[in-house]
Amino acid sequence: MFFKELYDYRFLLREIAAKNIKIQYRNSVLGVLWTFVQPLLTTLVLVIIFGKIFGRDDPDLVNYPIYLLSGRLLYEFYSKATKRAMRSVTLSASVINKVKVPKYAYPIASVLSEFVTGLISLLVLVGFMVFYIVANDHPPHITKYAFLSFVPLVILFFLCIGVGLILSTLAVFFKDVEYLYDVFTMLLFYATPIFYAPKALGTGARITRLLEFNPLYSVVDMFRDCVLRGQLMDGGEVLYASLFALGTVVLGGLLFKSQQDKFILYL
Amino acid sequence: MSEPAILVEDVSMCFKLHAKKVDNLKEYFIRRAKRDLTKGEFWALKHVSFRVEKGERLGVLGFNGAGKSTVLKIIAGVMRPTEGRVHVDGVIAPLLELGAGFDQSYSGRENVYLYGATMGFPRKYLRERYDSIVEFAELQEKMEQPVKNYSSGQRARLGFAIATAVEPDVLIADEVLSVGDARFKAKCEKRIMGDMVARGVTVLLVSHSTEQVRRLCTKAILLDKGELIAAGTADEVCAVYDKMVKKK
Repeated sequence: MFFKELYDYRFLLREIAAKNIKIQYRNSVLGVLWTFVQPLLTTLVLVIIFGKIFGRDDPDLVNYPIYLLSGRLLYEFYSKATKRAMRSVTLSASVINKVKVPKYAYPIASVLSEFVTGLISLLVLVGFMVFYIVANDHPPHITKYAFLSFVPLVILFFLCIGVGLILSTLAVFFKDVEYLYDVFTMLLFYATPIFYAPKALGTGARITRLLEFNPLYSVVDMFRDCVLRGQLMDGGEVLYASLFALGTVVLGGLLFKSQQDKFILYL
Repeated sequence: MSEPAILVEDVSMCFKLHAKKVDNLKEYFIRRAKRDLTKGEFWALKHVSFRVEKGERLGVLGFNGAGKSTVLKIIAGVMRPTEGRVHVDGVIAPLLELGAGFDQSYSGRENVYLYGATMGFPRKYLRERYDSIVEFAELQEKMEQPVKNYSSGQRARLGFAIATAVEPDVLIADEVLSVGDARFKAKCEKRIMGDMVARGVTVLLVSHSTEQVRRLCTKAILLDKGELIAAGTADEVCAVYDKMVKKK
């Protein structure tokens, strides 16, 4: 029933996602190029700032710029997708107030559009990898496991949908959810090993285990296994992240479904 | 009797309003702790029942706040009634007032497809009707411009053109015919009385003008403070409404 409706409205999903992407880059001189330029510049800044502290020759890191970029791209996708999804329902109030439309299309399409631009920005990562392989300077280990890199991306996609459904529901009722979540994503940036290796923190196993509760930790780690370390992902991480993502999708779906009839009274 | 196009059975709609609007967490938790989340009840509709046969054109009359928009929103499926049941047979095309569903920075052309998709129609379906939409809206020169540069009349024209081009079974017009210049209004009325009547489309029209309702509608209902106080032919109900207007 739910999936049939989603299928019937696949045009709507595509139209909203396409609109998000088009509007975002309209009126900007560089246009879609920003999807490359932005991660490129921020990575350069972070490499310059943290390279000396965390970028020491560490066999775990293999290549610090690629280590950093791979973590940062996934984090950026998570943060942008969930934030856009969070605001999608309140921003579509004028439509939701007038037309009978499956409301969950808005958060899901938001994640879709960020996923597309996120995939495009992954080309920057490919560029970095090619550069370091050609220059033979700490080249990433590319093996057959690189083909598995879609696994963490798919898990992350569903995690974003689940979180997006939860946040968009809450944002209808409480405006300050948006501000709280901005702070939360900032904390998440530091709680995810993006610019540091967990070991390099030297804080011991207890903190590391605490960090591992963060599903982004597993997703980023799995992704690096594929594109950087060239090894098979850890089965436990795959299981943990998949279950976490699935759990949030179920929770988000149920929450959204139980509250969506009330949205119109608050929008 | 054949299946009605719209069946509204004993519908009541209750809005629970907070005495003060609570829209942030601090307020919510403080009030929750103080057990101060009392809600006032407001019944926007009280036991409203009526039926509209296929091909009928129903005028919905009433003063501001009588519950006209609430009835239409419930029929359109945007709101779920607190009590009662609504049954609608066929595809509904709502008319957004002043093109409220348009994306302002999107061009007119792009909004045609976006708006169409919102109503559940694929791109291909709209592409086939695109030329006739533009022609009817008389916006040939403006279709590539963002909708924010349109005048409110132009937006309403585009909205009306899209909503009527997708061949709906039920058309909901919430005071939409009161915008736009006289010439376009006449054109819209002509389309309703021409194409729509010929195809047997059921039309719901909210209006404050009894003259317009008499001209366009076969039947009418009159709402007052959420209650249905009159239903019948357009002439009968308009006479009641005119009398009410004079009394006030």
